[in-house]
Amino acid sequence: MPPSLPPSPSPPSPDSAMPPVPSLGRRLARRLAPGLGALAVVLGVWEAVVFSGWRPEWVLPGPGAVLKRVAHELAQADTWHALQITLGRAVLGYLIAIVVGGLVGLAMTRLKWLRSAFGGLTTGLQTMPSIAWFPLAILLFQLGEPAILFVVVLGAAPSIANGLLDAVDQIPPLLVKAGRSLGARGFGLYRRVVVPAALPGFVNGLKQGWAFSWRSLMAGELIVMIGDRPSIGMRLSQSRELADAEGLLAWMVVVLAIGLAVHGLGFGIAERRMMERRGLLGAAR
Amino acid sequence: MNPRVDTRGGNARLLLREERPVAIVVREVSKTHGRGKDAVVALDRVGFEVRKGEIVCIVGASGCGKSTLLHLIAGLDPPTSGALGVSGGGTSLMFQDPALFPWLSVAENVEFPLHSHRVAKADRKARVAELLELVHLEGFARRQPHELSGGMRQRVALARALANASHVLLMDEPFAALDAMMRDRLHEELERIVAAERLTVLFVTHNVREAVRLGDRVLLFSSRPGRLIAEFDVDLPRPRRIESREVAELAARVSDRLQDPRHAAVAAPVAVAAVS
Repeated sequence: MPPSLPPSPSPPSPDSAMPPVPSLGRRLARRLAPGLGALAVVLGVWEAVVFSGWRPEWVLPGPGAVLKRVAHELAQADTWHALQITLGRAVLGYLIAIVVGGLVGLAMTRLKWLRSAFGGLTTGLQTMPSIAWFPLAILLFQLGEPAILFVVVLGAAPSIANGLLDAVDQIPPLLVKAGRSLGARGFGLYRRVVVPAALPGFVNGLKQGWAFSWRSLMAGELIVMIGDRPSIGMRLSQSRELADAEGLLAWMVVVLAIGLAVHGLGFGIAERRMMERRGLLGAAR
Repeated sequence: MNPRVDTRGGNARLLLREERPVAIVVREVSKTHGRGKDAVVALDRVGFEVRKGEIVCIVGASGCGKSTLLHLIAGLDPPTSGALGVSGGGTSLMFQDPALFPWLSVAENVEFPLHSHRVAKADRKARVAELLELVHLEGFARRQPHELSGGMRQRVALARALANASHVLLMDEPFAALDAMMRDRLHEELERIVAAERLTVLFVTHNVREAVRLGDRVLLFSSRPGRLIAEFDVDLPRPRRIESREVAELAARVSDRLQDPRHAAVAAPVAVAAVS
């Protein structure tokens, strides 16, 4: 036997394995370009519809006027107060949903009978339009914060529980076997193998959960209005009552922008980093 | 007889296999998967021993219960009947797939079993460095598994298995997915590491030549149900080469025995008296 072997016939040498990294500006531009293009198309169509005179401009204002209104609203202290309340509800409701959905999902992965009994029910709950919960929520909690939270949690938790179940189902059994044979048992096996292995799938559940909780929250804010608690939903509703089409559309843009921002910035970046680390992105960029 | 130099305690002395302590005992072990009509007998009254420091290869066609047997010895699954024993420290299992944890770096993968055994942090770092050196991957500690070639990944898996602090290595066709050149290199490395770390290896393969190339002994299994049908001592001197005439000749003898029509009958579900 030779005393020392070279590392490998074709070693990816420590410095040449990665392609050269383009500058941050370029990468950002490359990533954002398709989205910006699509946005331009949407604005163009919107402008064209307004220009056609299908509806008078005080009913359907153009994108220029609406975006100007968004900028104007964002300069008001009231707006930030409303944003703060709405986002506070979103974060609180989402966090509760993660805890509830996570625990329920975890329990169902551990206990087969629980899953066969309630698995169908969580899927059913997922298809239930969250707005249909409001009459009950109002009956139970009156017109107050708990009613909104109740519906947000019910909207998001089933997706999160199901996402966790799917994620655990998709764990390669070999990794669990390897973990066990390497001495990880019980809770340690969960923490060190099952959870990290399930993470990519679970992120999908979390994303879906966010989408559901944001939708439920908007429904809730349109229905359950609390006098001294201005919110985005309340402003949207007020715009309608005042026949302020420009304001109404401006608030819709804000709702859309927040949903997208959380989805793209929050999840997008974290998910990308995780996938890159695990080599799941490859050349499909 | 298969004399081998045993270097325990620094005093090299010649030991006969029978004089060395037993590392693995398998006694009358049967394993049935499923129940009732769907029951499949994977292993039927299998028995053998592996001595400390031996490399024993198990050969058989698919469905001979080779993997099942390793799982039983690793304690991942209980046998339906019979008894199994492994001396001190437990076992490490390696698969055809390296089964590295993709969220951990190379070094963290090797460190994984050290965490399980609550080794102190400073000792962990030192042991990881030592093991990566042993498998010639010193420069790759901070890489992610997906950045490595198949052969390198399998070497990380070997280092991780060695970190498990057990001297019994169970290998389930670990090199089957690699190209021939890489496999030859890993055979040499495994031989070297087994000698250096004084390991006992139970190596499952469907490649008769590989078994003869690596093993001190070769155990031949029949399929459905898995039974031990023959045992060969490989008295060829090391280092061996898989292309050598001696290896080829013995491999041919093993293959002939494997294809013996007497064992074809065993495939029938009717119970047949064990051939010994």
